[in-house]
Amino acid sequence: MINNDDLMAEIKKFRGKAIAIPTMTGSRGWLDSSEQPSRDVSVGGAMGKASNFAMGLALAQPDTKVVCFDGDGSLNMNLGTMMTIAGAKPKNLIHFVLNNGYFSVTGGQPIAAADEANFSQMAAGAGYAASYEFDNIEDFAGKVEEIFTAEGPIFVHIHSVPEIQNEPIGRRTRDPRNRSTNDAIKDLRKELGTL
Amino acid sequence: MTEQQAMLSPLTILDKIKENNVTHVIYLPDSETNHLFIAMEEDPNIEVITVGREAETMAIAAGVIVGGKIPVCLVQNTGMMESGDSIRGLGLDCNLPIVMIIGYRGWTRWGITPDSAARLTEPTLNAWGIQYYLVEHDGDADRITLAFQTAAATQKPVAVLVGDEYHGFNRMNLDEERKIIKEG
Repeated sequence: MINNDDLMAEIKKFRGKAIAIPTMTGSRGWLDSSEQPSRDVSVGGAMGKASNFAMGLALAQPDTKVVCFDGDGSLNMNLGTMMTIAGAKPKNLIHFVLNNGYFSVTGGQPIAAADEANFSQMAAGAGYAASYEFDNIEDFAGKVEEIFTAEGPIFVHIHSVPEIQNEPIGRRTRDPRNRSTNDAIKDLRKELGTL
Repeated sequence: MTEQQAMLSPLTILDKIKENNVTHVIYLPDSETNHLFIAMEEDPNIEVITVGREAETMAIAAGVIVGGKIPVCLVQNTGMMESGDSIRGLGLDCNLPIVMIIGYRGWTRWGITPDSAARLTEPTLNAWGIQYYLVEHDGDADRITLAFQTAAATQKPVAVLVGDEYHGFNRMNLDEERKIIKEG
């Protein structure tokens, strides 16, 4: 199992000017460590669609690396995205899934087939250019440079430590770093000069 | 007006897509759009992206817009209904001018509409507060440009309902149609 903070620390070393599109559990881990918030868009509003958004961005900005941090529950909602991405072949897209087996932000209910399904095999079968799977940080640290330099679309299946939230959304305090998707999109469009 | 003149040609749709500088057409096929697909695939200036489910189209379009290019989503009305959370969460809440060309399955112009897909299309768009334009034949095609202009002005999703009740997209062979256009 890989701790989110350790994972993000390794990724940050190779981020460069990459745009990051986290969602759900991936948002918490990434936004805690990102040093370029104007290049981060947490897509929480359209459930399961962060990877589609990241793919569209990657196609429109082919010279910029785009990294999506999907959740296992999110990806399970929209498994067809794997074939859409494989078909569109965005060379600059890296699609992570942080798989902890649970709907972490809703109290820790298990996702369907959490013990049976294998996302990295699905991605390989869908036709990603490459698909990786890691369950310890040492192995990941040894491959992260390759992941960031290879031609995509790349899929990375991370077995991550569950970080369960069990407080109703209305009672949670919003981390100021976790801006609304609308505000984050505005900032990114300013950054890219596309507003 | 003859039936042929009243058609909505796939080439007319394509011309309007190009006129509005669309770079990416994101779509899921339905039984009425095959000739449009063929025409788009033959055009080197348009990237055609096929998805597995309609709700993906709006999320991809959102990313394309943020990346500085111009998308259009092409789905059927049944797919539009499936796409509610994408339209809401990205298009409406994030103020993105996503133009959706929507096949108006089941639509009739005489008011008796057995198909619930058609009956619920406009009420759904109205509930979402999404402006829409009806396009029935080539003479209405400028409304597609109007849809792009409205989306740009409002920074909101806008729909074009393709209400060709005879499913004209597939009624004529593309080569025959090009020949007719060429010969005036």
